[in-house]
Amino acid sequence: MIFDYETLRIIWWAFLGILIIGFAIMGGFDLGVGVLLPFLGKTDEERRVILNSVGPTWEGNQVWLVMAGAALFAAWPTAYAVSFSSFYFALLLALFALFLRPLGFDYRSKLTTPMWRENWDRALFVGGFVPALVLGIAFGNLLKGIPFHFENDMRIVYFGNLLGLLNPFALLAGLISLSMFIMHGAVYLQIKTIDPINSRAKSSVLIFTMITLVLFALAGGWIVTLDGYHITSEIFPNASSNPIAKFVKREPGLWLDNYGHLPGLWAVPISAFISGGMTLVLSRFDRPGSAFVFSCITISAIILTAGGSMFPFIIPSSISLNSSLTVWDASSSLRTLNVMFWVTIIFLPLIMIYTSWVYRVFRGKVTVDHIRKNNHTLY
Amino acid sequence: MITDAVVELSRWQFAVTALYHFLFVPLTIGLSVLLAIMESTYVLTGREIYKDMTLFWGKLFGINFALGVTTGLTMEFQFGMNWSYFSHYVGDVFGAPLAIEGLMAFFMESTFVGLFFFGWDKLTKGQHLTITWLVALGSNLSALWILVANGWMQNPVGAEFNYETMRMEVTSFGELIFNPAAQVKFVHTAAAGYTTASAFVLGISAYYMLKGRDAAFAQRSYTIAAGFGLASVLAVIVLGDESGYTDGEVQKAKLAAIEAEWHTEEAPADFTLIGIPDQEAMETHYAIKIPWVLGLIGTRSIDTPIIGLSEILENNRVHVRNGIKAYGLLQQLREGDRDEALIADFEAVKKDLGYGLLLKRYTENVVDATDEQIELAVKNSIPQVAPLFWTFRVMVFCGFIMLIVFVIAVIASSIRKCRKDWILKLSLYTMILPWIACETGWFVAEFGRQPWTIAEVLPTFLSASSLSEGDIILSLSAYILFYTVFLFIEMFLMMKYIKQGPSSLHRRRYHFEIDERG
Ligand code: HDD
Ligand code: HEM
Ligand code: HEM
Repeated sequence: MIFDYETLRIIWWAFLGILIIGFAIMGGFDLGVGVLLPFLGKTDEERRVILNSVGPTWEGNQVWLVMAGAALFAAWPTAYAVSFSSFYFALLLALFALFLRPLGFDYRSKLTTPMWRENWDRALFVGGFVPALVLGIAFGNLLKGIPFHFENDMRIVYFGNLLGLLNPFALLAGLISLSMFIMHGAVYLQIKTIDPINSRAKSSVLIFTMITLVLFALAGGWIVTLDGYHITSEIFPNASSNPIAKFVKREPGLWLDNYGHLPGLWAVPISAFISGGMTLVLSRFDRPGSAFVFSCITISAIILTAGGSMFPFIIPSSISLNSSLTVWDASSSLRTLNVMFWVTIIFLPLIMIYTSWVYRVFRGKVTVDHIRKNNHTLY
Repeated sequence: MITDAVVELSRWQFAVTALYHFLFVPLTIGLSVLLAIMESTYVLTGREIYKDMTLFWGKLFGINFALGVTTGLTMEFQFGMNWSYFSHYVGDVFGAPLAIEGLMAFFMESTFVGLFFFGWDKLTKGQHLTITWLVALGSNLSALWILVANGWMQNPVGAEFNYETMRMEVTSFGELIFNPAAQVKFVHTAAAGYTTASAFVLGISAYYMLKGRDAAFAQRSYTIAAGFGLASVLAVIVLGDESGYTDGEVQKAKLAAIEAEWHTEEAPADFTLIGIPDQEAMETHYAIKIPWVLGLIGTRSIDTPIIGLSEILENNRVHVRNGIKAYGLLQQLREGDRDEALIADFEAVKKDLGYGLLLKRYTENVVDATDEQIELAVKNSIPQVAPLFWTFRVMVFCGFIMLIVFVIAVIASSIRKCRKDWILKLSLYTMILPWIACETGWFVAEFGRQPWTIAEVLPTFLSASSLSEGDIILSLSAYILFYTVFLFIEMFLMMKYIKQGPSSLHRRRYHFEIDERG
C-alpha cells in the first residue's frame, strides 16, 4: 500500500466526484437531448435525427450513473445505505423515468404508427426531465442535511418524507441541474445537426445557459444564509469508520467556511460563470465544438462548488448532527479502498480511451438524408 | 421499528424485480456469444447469409437487451433503497465486486453495443467482429462479477466482523474472488444462459422451417443452435451437479432441504426422486428413493454421510446460544470498553454473532432471550423444505428434457431425412423450458439460503431498510404495473419481428419480399 487511510479517503472522495461529474457530462447531454426532443424536432424525421445524434452512445453514457452508484456502495457503503433509503421516493421517481429511456430509444422506431412514436417521444421527454430535476433536488437536500439517525446496532432510521424533500432550496438545486443538462444537450445537438435543428439548438443554448447561470448565482447568494455544518471535535483521519464518534455544529453560512480557509477555491464558482459565458459566445459564433468543452467545464465547476463547500461532509444529518457522514468516518476499510483504487486506476482510463474512440467513429453530423438512407437500421 | 410485514414485502419486491431481470439476462449472455459465433462464420467464409443471421438475431437481441438494462438499474439501486442495513453491514465486501462489474463489464458491454448496431458501415469487418466479441465478453464478465458478489452471500469467505465499525470487512480479496461457491455459480449460470439462447434460436428457426420459409437461413441457424445448445446443456447439467457438491460442502442446510434429507442417513445416502415433504413431522411421505445417488452427488464418496436437517438444527441450537454470548460481549465493546480479556472473549465467539442476531426477530433484547424465543429462532434457522424440493426438481426435469431435445436436434440438423415435423414442433415448444429452469434455479439458490441474506452472518430479517409497509406496497405495485406493461410491449415487438423473420432486414431476398412459395 503506497497510500495511508487518510489519503485514500480523499482520493475516493475525488473519484466519487469524478464519477458524478462523468455522469453529468456524459449522461447529462443525453438527458438534455431527451428533454429537447419534442421541441427541437418538429417532424418525425427531425426527431429521428435528434435521437440518432445520441443513438450509438447513450447506452454507454448511462453506465456513468450506474457506476457512480456502485462506487458509492463500494467506497462509502454507509453513505450509499443512508442516501438511497432516505431518498426512497425521489429515487423511485428517477428510476421509473429512467426506465423509459432504453425502451424509448430502442422501441420507438420499430413501428411506424404515429401514435406509437409520439407516445415514445413523450416518454423520452419524461425520461430526461424527471431524472435531471430529481437528482438535482437530491443534491440540494444533501446541502440542507437529511433527517436520519442511527439506532442500536447502527440501524439507519429516516424521519423525512417526499414533501420534505421539496423545500425551496432543493427545488432551486433541481432547476439548476435541469437547466444545465438542457444547456449541455443543446450544445451537443448544435454540434451534431444542421439547420433547421441546428439553429433551434443554438437558441436553446442561449436561453438555458443564461437560466443556469442566473439560478447558480441565486443559489450562491442563498448559501450565505443557509445552515452549514462543521466538525467541532478533533478529527482522526486514519481511524476506523465510525460515524457516531464525533461532534458537529450547525450554523448559517458555515458552508462558506472552506472558501474562507482556502481562498483559492473561489476560482471554482468563478470559472463556472466564465466558462458559462464562453459557452454562450462560442455557440453564437457557430463554434459548438469548443462551446461543448466549456459547457463541460461549467457543469463540473457547478458540481465542484457544491462538493467543495461541503467537504468533508458527505451526508449531514439534520436531526442528529453528530451522526452526519463525513469523509473520515463513512468510508470502506483501508483494504477495500486500496484494492478498488488500483482497479479504478486501471479501468477508468481504459474506459475513457475506448469511449473516445467510439465517439471518433461516429463523428460528423446526423442529417435527414442519413436517416432516409438507413431507414431500417437507425433509431 | 422493523416489522415482519416490511421484511416480507421487501423480499417480495426483491424477488419480483430480480426474477424479472433474469428473464432477459440469460438471453443476453447467450445470444451475445451466438451472435459472435455467427459473425465469425461470416468473416471466415465471407457468405452474406451469416451476416444476415447476425443482423436478424441481433435485432431480437436488441429488443431483449433494452429491458435487461432497464431492469438492471432497479437491481443496482435496490440494495441501498430497500436493504440499507445490508448495505451498511456488508458494503465493504459486497460493494467491491459490484463496482468492479461496472468498471470492467458494464462500460464495455454498453459502449460497444452501440457500435454493434450502428457500426456496420463505419468499421472494417475485422473491427466489427472484435466489437461483437467484446459485447459478448462484457456480458459474461458482468455475470462473473455479480455472481462473485452473490456467491459471497452464500459462502462468506475472506471477510471478518469488525466491532468498531459494526460491519463485515474484507480480509482477503483473493478468497473473495476465488470463492468456490462463486466459481460454480458462474459456470452454471453462464452455461444456463448459452442454453437459453440456443433454445431460443432453435425454436424460432424450427418455426420458420415448419412454415416452409427462408429455408437456407433457418436451417443454418438451427444447426448452429443445436450444436451449441447440446454442448451448453451438457455443461449446465455437469456444472449443476457441481453446484450440488459445493452446497454439500458450504451450504449443508440448503442441500439437505433440496433433498428433503430430514435425518442424517447412513452413507451413501439415498436420493429422494419424488415425495411430499412435511416440515412439521420432519419426514417425506410417499417418497420414492434411489439408493446411493445423493451420497454420490453431495459428497463424491460412498462413506461420508450427508448431514440431515434434524442434526443441523441441533448444531444451530449451540450456535444460537454462542451467538447470544457474542452479542452480549459486543454490547460492552460498543459502549467503549476495550479490556483485552473482553476482546479475546468476543473474538472467540464472534463467528456465531449472526446466530445471535437471528433472535432480533423475536426480541429486541437478545441477551435475555427466553428459551421459547431461542427455540423459535432455532426452528426457523433452516429454510422451508417443500418449495425447495419441488423447484429443484422442476429445474432438473427441464434440464434433462432439454438434453434429449438437443440430442434429437443435432441428429435432425445433420441428417436431412430426420427433419420431421414433430421434431420441429418439439424444438419450438422447448423454447420455454430454459426460462422455467433459470427462474426455479434462482429460487433454489436464494430461498435455500433463508433465513439469511449472508449465510450465517446476517439474517434477512435485519437486512431491510426501515421503511413503512405503505412505502413498499406502493413501490412494489408500481414495479408490477410498469414491468407488466413493459413485458407486453416487449413480447409484442418480439412477436412482430419473429413473424417477419429475416424479411425485416429489408435485404430483398427473404420470404415476404420475394415470391418464395407463393
Ligand atoms: C448472471 C447474470 C446476471 C445477474 C445474476 C444479474 N445481472 Fe444485471 N445484467 C446482466 C447480468 C446479470 C447482463 C447480462 O450483463 C445485463 C442483462 C442485459 C444487459 O443489458 O446486461 C445486465 C444488466 C444490468 C444493469 C444495466 C447495465 C447497463 O446499463 O449496461 C445493471 C445496473 C445490473 N444489471 C445490475 C444488476 C444487479 C445489481 C444484480 C444483482 C441483483 C444483477 N444485475 C443480476
Ligand atoms: C438475477 C438473478 C437473481 C434472481 C432471479 C434472484 C432471486 C431472488 C429471490 C427469489 C429472492 C427472494 C428470496 C426470499 O426472500 O425467499 C431473492 C432475495 C435476495 N437476493 Fe437474489 N436473485 C438473483 C440475483 C441476486 C444477486 C446476484 C444478488 C447479489 C449480488 C442477490 C441478492 C439478494 C438479496 C439481497 C435478497 C433479499 C434478501 C433475501 O430475501 O434473502 N440476488 N433473490
Ligand atoms: C439438470 C441438472 C441440474 C442440476 C443438478 C442443477 C443444480 C443446481 C443447483 C444445486 C443450484 C443451486 C446452487 C446454489 O445456490 O448453491 C442451481 C441453481 C441454478 N440453476 Fe441449475 N441445475 C440443473 C439444471 C439447470 C438448467 C437446465 C438451468 C437453466 C437452463 C439451470 C439454471 C440455474 C440457475 C440460473 C441457477 C441459479 C444460479 C446458481 O445458483 O448457480 N439449472 N442449479
